[in-house]
Amino acid sequence: MNADRLIIMVTPFVLAQLAMLGFVFFMLLNSAAVMVYVERKVAARIQQRMGPWLVGPYGALQPLADIVKLMFKEELRPKAADSILFALAPVISAVAAFTAFSVVPFGTETTLFGLLDRPVPLQVADVNVAVLVVFAVTSMGVYGIVLAGWSSNSKYSLLGALRSSAQMISYELSYGMALASVLVLAGSLSLRDIVNAQAGSWLHVIPRWYLFLQPLGFFIFMTAGVAETNRAPFDFPEAEQELVAGYHTEYSSMSFAMFFMAEYINMVTVSAVATDLFLGGWHGPFLPEYLGWIWFLLKVSFLLFFYVWMRWTLPRYRYDQLMQFGWKVLLPLSVVNLLLTSAGVLYFG
Amino acid sequence: MASDLILFYAFGAIAVVATLLVIAQSNPIYSVLLLIASFMALAGLYVLLDAPFVAVTQIIVYAGAIMVLFLFVVMLLNAPREDALEASGSTEESTGARALGLVLAMAMAIELVWALNRTRILGFAFPEGRGGTSWSVAELGRILFGNYAFAFEATSILILIAMVGAITLAGRHLTEKRIPNPEPRITSPEPLIPSPESRIPSRSPWQA
Amino acid sequence: MAGLIHYLVLSGVLFAIGMMGVFLRRNVITMLLSIEVMLNAVNLTFIAFGRFLGSPDGQIIVFFVITVAAAEAAVGLAIVIALFRHTESLNPDAFRELKG
Repeated sequence: MNADRLIIMVTPFVLAQLAMLGFVFFMLLNSAAVMVYVERKVAARIQQRMGPWLVGPYGALQPLADIVKLMFKEELRPKAADSILFALAPVISAVAAFTAFSVVPFGTETTLFGLLDRPVPLQVADVNVAVLVVFAVTSMGVYGIVLAGWSSNSKYSLLGALRSSAQMISYELSYGMALASVLVLAGSLSLRDIVNAQAGSWLHVIPRWYLFLQPLGFFIFMTAGVAETNRAPFDFPEAEQELVAGYHTEYSSMSFAMFFMAEYINMVTVSAVATDLFLGGWHGPFLPEYLGWIWFLLKVSFLLFFYVWMRWTLPRYRYDQLMQFGWKVLLPLSVVNLLLTSAGVLYFG
Repeated sequence: MASDLILFYAFGAIAVVATLLVIAQSNPIYSVLLLIASFMALAGLYVLLDAPFVAVTQIIVYAGAIMVLFLFVVMLLNAPREDALEASGSTEESTGARALGLVLAMAMAIELVWALNRTRILGFAFPEGRGGTSWSVAELGRILFGNYAFAFEATSILILIAMVGAITLAGRHLTEKRIPNPEPRITSPEPLIPSPESRIPSRSPWQA
Repeated sequence: MAGLIHYLVLSGVLFAIGMMGVFLRRNVITMLLSIEVMLNAVNLTFIAFGRFLGSPDGQIIVFFVITVAAAEAAVGLAIVIALFRHTESLNPDAFRELKG
C-alpha cells in the first residue's frame, strides 16, 4: 500500500468495490435469516417432526415472521444495568461478526458483464495478511460476550459470559495453530493465494485440496471453529437448561436479534474460511472459473449443514470436559500437526 | 490533500483522546475499553507506516488477549471505583509528590516537542523506501528466526516463566486454608420401639 | 504529508499521558494500564523510525516488546490478585506492611 498517495477518485472501479461491500453485507444478513430457517427445519427432520410449515411454502417465510416478532417486542433493560455497556455489547458482537467476513474471497474476478474496465475481485478487501485479520477480528468478538454478561448485572449472565469467553480464548489457540499449518503449506497469508494454491487436481480425479494433505488440520480447525462460535456440542455457556440462556438472558428484541445474528454470521465466516483454507474455495470441476462462486456457495452450505447436524445429534460437553478437551487434547494435536506439516514441507520440498 | 495526513490526524486524535480518558475515568472497565480503542487507533497508525503485520499482531495480542486478561481481573475483583484525582488514604506528602510528578510529566512532553521542533530538517519526510511496499511476513520471519533467533527462544522461555508465575501467584492454594474433613454426622438413634415398617425388607418402588 | 516528526510528537504525548497516569491514579490496575500505554508509545516510535530508516528491525523489536508486555501484564495482574486477597484494596497506599 503506497501510503503517500492515497487520493481516492470516484471511478466505476471504486463504485463497484463499494457495491461489493453492500452486496456482501446484504448477503450476510440474508444468510443469517436462511440459517434460522434451515436450523429449525433440519432440527425438526432430525427429531422426526415437521418444523415450520405454515408460514409460506414449506415454512420458508418463517424467518420473516421471526424478524417481525423480534422487532415488535419490548426492549427491556434491567434497572441496575450499565446502560452504555448494555447497549454496546451486541453492537460489538455484530460488528466483529460482519467485519471478519470482509477479507474472505468467494470467487475470482468479475467485470459485471463487461461494464467495468478493470475486473473487481469478489472480495471486499484483498489484504495480504487476510488470515491474521480474520483471527484478530474473531478475538475482538469475545468482548461482546464479556460485556453483555457484565453489564446485565445478573449472576447468571456473568457466569455464562466468563465461561463463554474463557472457552473462546482457549480454543483460539488450536484455531491459530491449524491455520498456521495451512500457512506452512501455502506459503502466503493472503486467502486468495491460499485458494489459488489449491487449484488443479492430482491424476485428474482428486482435487488438490488441503483437506487431503491435512485431514487432522481440518478436524482441528472445524472443532475449534465450532467451539469459537459457541455452538453445540460446545455451547454449555448458553445452554438453555443450565444457565437460563447465559449471557444474553437479559436481552430482548433487537439486541437479542443482534446476538443471534452475530452467532449465525460467525458460523458462516468460520465455514467460509474453512472452505477457503481446506476445501479449495471456489475451484471445482465442470464449471468455468468465473462461476466458481457457485462451488463456494455449495461448499459453505455443506459445512453449515454439518454445523446444524452436529448440534442436534451430539450431546453437550460439560464445561470442565470442554476446557480439558481444548487444552489437553486439541492443543497438543494441533502442535503435532504443525510439526508434521513443517517436516513434510521440508522433506518433500 | 494527501489522505494519509488526514488519516494520521484522525487516528492520532482518537489515540490521544482515548488515552486521556483512560487515565481520567474512574470506572476501571471503561478505562480498559478506552485503552482498547486507543490500541485500535495505534494499529491504524502502524498500517499507515507500512507495518500491517505488526498492526494485526497488536490487535490479536494486545487488544485481543492482554486486555481480556485485564477485563477478567477487573470483573473478578469487582474493582471499586475511585475518584480520578483523590483517594481515601492520600496523605500530604503523596499529594505533593503526585503534583510534582504531573508537572514533571508535562515538562517532559513540552521539552520533547520543543526539541523536535528545533531540528533543522523539515518534517523528516519518509523516504519512498522499497517502492512503498511493506516488508512481507516471509521476510520478517526470515529475519526473526535468523538474526534474532536467540531473542525469540528467550522470549518463549519468558512466556513460560510468566505462565508458571501467574498460576503460582494467583492460584488458590496459597491463600485459602484447606477445608478439613467434616465431622461425621451424628446418626439418629435406634428407635426404642421397632416400627412395623422396619421389619419389611425395603423394596424399591421402581422394581417390577 | 505526515513526516517522522508528527509520529514522534504523538508518541511523546502518549508517553507523557501514560506517565501521568502512573503518577496520578491510585488504583493499581489503572497504573498497570498506564504502563501499557507507555509501552505502546515506545512501539510507535520504533515503527516510525523503522519506516524512516527503511529497516525491518523496528518491527522486530516491536514484536518482542509486545511479547514482553504480555508476560509482564500477566504476572503483574497475578500480583494484584494476590495483594487484593490479602488486603481487600486496590489502592497502592494501602500496602504499607513493609513500610519502615
